[in-house]
Amino acid sequence: MLIETRDLRKDYTLGDTVVHALAGVSLSIDAGEFVAVMGPSGSGKSTFMNMIGCLDRPTSGSYLLAGQDVAGMDSDALAAVRNRRIGFVFQQFNLLARTSALENVELPLMYANVPIKERHERARGKLALVGLGERADHQPSQLSGGQQQRVAIARALVNDPALILADEPTGALDSRTSVEIMALLQQLNRGGMTIVLVTHENDVSAFASRVVHFRDGKVVSDDRQPPRSAHDALARLDRAAPAAA
Amino acid sequence: MMVLRVALKALRVNKLRSSLTMLGMIIGVAAVIAMLAIGGGAQERVRDQLKNLGSNLMLIIPGSTTASGVRLGTGAAQTLTEEDAQAIAIDVEGVIVAAPSLRGSGQVVAGNLNWSTQFFGTNNDYLIARDWPLASGRLFEPNEISSSGKVALIGLTTAQQLFGDADPVDQVIRVRKVPLTIIGVLARKGQNALGQDQDDIVLMPISTARNRVLGQTQGKQRRVGTISVKTADGADMKAIEEKIKDLLRQRMKVQPGAEDPFTIRNLTELLQAQEAASRVLTLLLGAVASVSLLVGGIGIMNIMLVSVTERTREIGLRMAVGARGHDILKQFLVEAVTLSMIGGALGILLGVAASFAVGEFANWRTDITPQAVALAVGFSAAVGVFFGFYPARKASRLLPIEALRYE
Repeated sequence: MLIETRDLRKDYTLGDTVVHALAGVSLSIDAGEFVAVMGPSGSGKSTFMNMIGCLDRPTSGSYLLAGQDVAGMDSDALAAVRNRRIGFVFQQFNLLARTSALENVELPLMYANVPIKERHERARGKLALVGLGERADHQPSQLSGGQQQRVAIARALVNDPALILADEPTGALDSRTSVEIMALLQQLNRGGMTIVLVTHENDVSAFASRVVHFRDGKVVSDDRQPPRSAHDALARLDRAAPAAA
Repeated sequence: MMVLRVALKALRVNKLRSSLTMLGMIIGVAAVIAMLAIGGGAQERVRDQLKNLGSNLMLIIPGSTTASGVRLGTGAAQTLTEEDAQAIAIDVEGVIVAAPSLRGSGQVVAGNLNWSTQFFGTNNDYLIARDWPLASGRLFEPNEISSSGKVALIGLTTAQQLFGDADPVDQVIRVRKVPLTIIGVLARKGQNALGQDQDDIVLMPISTARNRVLGQTQGKQRRVGTISVKTADGADMKAIEEKIKDLLRQRMKVQPGAEDPFTIRNLTELLQAQEAASRVLTLLLGAVASVSLLVGGIGIMNIMLVSVTERTREIGLRMAVGARGHDILKQFLVEAVTLSMIGGALGILLGVAASFAVGEFANWRTDITPQAVALAVGFSAAVGVFFGFYPARKASRLLPIEALRYE
């Protein structure tokens, strides 16, 4: 069991009213799963992602990440957990501007105190893995949206985490590029990487093998499904509009 | 090293803003350096004068006298004698020497050259009192002092005027037609506080001056113009001054309540007061300049606060990928210190240039001390740390989730 939450709760106080962003979530995710977390805005899916990403602490409940209780850790320990075990992919890519793709990918290694030579090697390796080996020296402004998201994925992978958390990774991309990114995530998942993805698009969640729906801070459905192949979807797109390729 | 590179990169992103912020530091540090240099120069000048004069020196000059109701000027009455000088040297504790001297001026001739100068009739103690060593030759012999020896010591300027580069020792000069053999040359003394060339001088035994050159007949009392008193290092000059006053009043049988028929000038004290004043001036100038450094520091703080706000998402991202609070703190602190240190370094260059310019064009003496430079460097680093700390801490305390969501 990679992720195991027990009665996870998060309350926010807005003025006089207390908002229950998470109202007791118990969920288990095995290593190697590809989970899509869905729900309308305000359903608690983002709060849940922040919890399992160790970006925020629950009000109550427990969270075991690979058997380790992280709910009670201090902020430095959480930073270390994020650094070693979790790779983040964001909707807006969140790359450092005026910084080469290589240096962007190296960022987590810098905070892991990896020596500079090894840093370069590992970052180049991951850039090659996401198909950007030739563009290591490009700055984000010189890359397309899809390429920027690939750099972000390489950055998420560089410290060999146990888990990738993707928060609407295709939200800022056109549909074809979205499918390309999903193909890349599926490829990583086939290689054994656990992926948890937040989305509100059914088109995107179709590529996952398990879909969890949130509403009002609770899990309302949790279904396994045969994932749609992003590779096949790409092939279909190419047939429909060969000129676009 | 890595942190420094990241900081330099961040500063390069906003070149104009970084340079303007640095400008505050540059001007602040340059102002401190230049002001300390100007103040230090003034202090150095006074200190030089002090050294030049001879340390711990007091001059006793005869006071005014009243003849038929007409008050004559200072020195009109020749009330001081060689015996007074001896008494001071022997009786007053803390006095090292008390050298009597008679001053005159006139034409000095050597070969076919002549030169107008001043001469002093005195003894070897005078050179001790003035801290004035010989450049070459010898001092007066006791018998030359006592029996009007026809010998003289001359200053460098006089030697130059009369003999050029030739060695004047053993040459004969005529002072007011009295031939004197030069036995030595005085070391260079330079200008005094009033800008007079002190090396333009001829010294001779006081008896020679009185009996042969000034042409006064030897009276019962051997009167002198001035007595130069040198006191021991660390002696209380005020107390010694009082003792000398008492001794002289007693010797001259002055009625209680009557004016002193002499004046004691404590030149060292005067100059020391001046030095203290210039030290205060230096401090004041430095303090005023420090204000601009402070303003520069506030500029850095302002820019760092803007920078932290602007880069909130970057901070959030760095935290998401594993930066701890103190990694962020370090990053922004190093950025602020880098900003202030580069500004400081440029400020030192500008300050040194400004000091030279002031020295060159305004003809003020400036003195750049390593301490002033070290102070400026230390100060600019401290400004960076002090004013960079608050914004950096603010950055490090951001919650990763809020920083990531910041719009």
